[in-house]
Amino acid sequence: MNNLWGDSLSSFWSAWIIVITLGTIAFSGWILFANRKTDKVPDAEGNVDTTGHAADGIEEYDNPLPRWWFMLFVATIVFSLGYLALYPGLGNFRGILGWSQEGQWEEEVAQAEQRYASIFAQFQEVPIPELSQDSEAMRVAERIFQNNCAVCHGANAQGGYGFPNLTDEAWMYGGEPENIVTTITNGRNGLMPSWQQLGATNIENLTQHVLSLSGLEHDADAASQGQAIFSASCVACHGPDATGNQALGAPNLTDDYWLYQAPGQSVADSVRQTLRNGRNGHMPAQAAYIGEDRVHLVAAYVYGLSRRD
Amino acid sequence: MSTALEHPTYNYKVVRQFAIMTVVWGIVGMSLGVILAAQMVWPELNLGLPWTSFGRLRPLHTNAVIFAFGGSALFATSYYVVQRTCQTRLFSDRLAAFTFWGWQAVILSAVISLPLGYTTSKEYAELEWPINILITVVWVSYAAVFLGTIKKRNTSHIYVANWFFAAFILTVAVLHVVNNAAIPVSAMKSYSIYAGAVDAMVQWWYGHNAVGFFLTAGFLGMMYYFVPKQAERPIYSYRLSIVHFWALIIIYMWAGPHHLHYTALPNWAQSLGMIMSIILLAPSWGGMINGMMTLSGAWHKLRTDPTLRFLVVALSFYGMSTFEGPMMAVKTVNALSHYTDWTIGHVHAGALGWVAMITIGSIYHLLPRLYGQTEMYSIKLIAVHFWLATIGTVLYIAAMWVNGIMQGLMWRAVNADGTLMYTFIESVEASGPGYVVRWIGGLFWVTGMLLMAYNTYRTVKRHEAASQALPQTA
Repeated sequence: MNNLWGDSLSSFWSAWIIVITLGTIAFSGWILFANRKTDKVPDAEGNVDTTGHAADGIEEYDNPLPRWWFMLFVATIVFSLGYLALYPGLGNFRGILGWSQEGQWEEEVAQAEQRYASIFAQFQEVPIPELSQDSEAMRVAERIFQNNCAVCHGANAQGGYGFPNLTDEAWMYGGEPENIVTTITNGRNGLMPSWQQLGATNIENLTQHVLSLSGLEHDADAASQGQAIFSASCVACHGPDATGNQALGAPNLTDDYWLYQAPGQSVADSVRQTLRNGRNGHMPAQAAYIGEDRVHLVAAYVYGLSRRD
Repeated sequence: MSTALEHPTYNYKVVRQFAIMTVVWGIVGMSLGVILAAQMVWPELNLGLPWTSFGRLRPLHTNAVIFAFGGSALFATSYYVVQRTCQTRLFSDRLAAFTFWGWQAVILSAVISLPLGYTTSKEYAELEWPINILITVVWVSYAAVFLGTIKKRNTSHIYVANWFFAAFILTVAVLHVVNNAAIPVSAMKSYSIYAGAVDAMVQWWYGHNAVGFFLTAGFLGMMYYFVPKQAERPIYSYRLSIVHFWALIIIYMWAGPHHLHYTALPNWAQSLGMIMSIILLAPSWGGMINGMMTLSGAWHKLRTDPTLRFLVVALSFYGMSTFEGPMMAVKTVNALSHYTDWTIGHVHAGALGWVAMITIGSIYHLLPRLYGQTEMYSIKLIAVHFWLATIGTVLYIAAMWVNGIMQGLMWRAVNADGTLMYTFIESVEASGPGYVVRWIGGLFWVTGMLLMAYNTYRTVKRHEAASQALPQTA
């Protein structure tokens, strides 16, 4: 019987819980049985005489407890004592069934794995570019996407402020199958440091330079001054030609895609804000939630999103 | 107020004040509910302003209906009942007056601070620490007035209504102090002294006992006076009162963990919350039976007396929601109902069907007597109010049942490949029609409350006209 007892509570608190639980139920049972019947005889209308006291004219009959109500009360107590024998409740006593919510969860997950593993295993063997053309597989993948990814990337996968659009050609960490699998499996942390220390003038010059890189309207004088700072401070990540570095997740600054452009915000303001405050993008790791085989399937879905005709 | 209004023995002034404010806060609190229901259908009604957003108005709605409307009703009826049944004046008129103005100050603080975004984030206990201290002071004064009045009673026996009022007052004091224990860090910001699962457990120990003691025990006190009074029949069974009173107050204390099924709360605590909720069924129904059976021999009065109809339908909804509650506390049922609109429907079956209906019936009995009359200005308007309230409640809870069960089933539906059949947003879209019906139910309720306000106004006016005419004829 030793395995019926858990060890999460000290023996004092375990005993305390048992005593007050059973004490409360015992008190309810006692007050029920002690007041069940009356010796008085009912009157012509079937009511037992009043108690004799009246409050502001309100009298009280002393009728016995309705039988069905009494039985209902007893039944709930019996049910509860039975439940406490079978399930955890009385302190460290785990119950005869040995049930716990953690155990139930593990059992259900194991059952699901067993039932569905074969479906996903068959997809696992298909290379991602090929899988992305399999319409049946993509129907399954879309459901996984809608329930796990759409909350940030949107139901249409077009992203939003700070959340990458997955349907365009711009890839921060690369758009090849292995890049996408890595991103989904482990997540990403996109860190752009703050350049506040450069001072307002330099930040403005840098901003104009960044605008010039993708051919947007800019102040040429300021941009040329910004060029020098860019070469000193930014090339380490974004590269000498500013086309970025997918190994670091440093975005291409020449393609006119802007992840952090808030609705209604100009590109210039967005770049200024990025330079002043830095950015910290976070894509959470998914492998632990959905498992490797589903990662493979969703990767194929994402792969296909930007390659639709 | 003319002196003709004053009862020779009893303090009716404070009862009148609270009774009038019950009607006023009822309209305010329920109108807020209607606005929120509309926001669930048309989110643009947030108006893009922080202080009119759903997240800030929702706690204002719950505080207004529970503590402003329900609280004023409890003050009014408990002060009236304790005087009438103890045959003595309130223990202290000045302290009673302080409870009125103090309680209104608490409500006003809520009306200002909640839309501004000050919140402890504890459900039904959102008010920040300075307001909580004021609540404590007012509540201790309330306990002194009520218990002091019982102490100096001129009757040998303490009537059953007063047991329930006393249990409600004492327990709410304990709940309020323990749940709101916090460390203040600035004038309007504090941190709870509890953390993690313990914080959640304390919160729901408080939350469910707010239902059990504020919204049940207190209103059972109301029921035990106004039902036999309005029906002019004796209480069905004194011994049933004893059994269900003691069982109710000892078992309710344990029910809170059923709000935390399948969470980080330990298995043993969840089980205890579940079984105590099931045992709670019989003690709850004890109150319903005692009220219903009191009417035996007086059922014909329902045909002509809409006030009595309010009281009886309140008992029916009380019986229904105290059956629904234990069922929802069963883990397997809860696995479906938890986090869905079913919970909101259940709460409103209790809040509208039981708490508001029993209050309105009691106030319709009380108001004319406070103003030296035998009846409200218009019995017809009470009848119309009754139907508006009943239909409104049914629309509300039926819509939430449909929505809740649909949401629960949608969230757990899986495809043959084990993926979820519906996304969350699809369940929100599917809930749209139910939210419209719920909003219409709310409109029925507010319309009824406006009729009540008009009826109250005319009743008070009629009295003033009569008392002005009096000195001339005398």
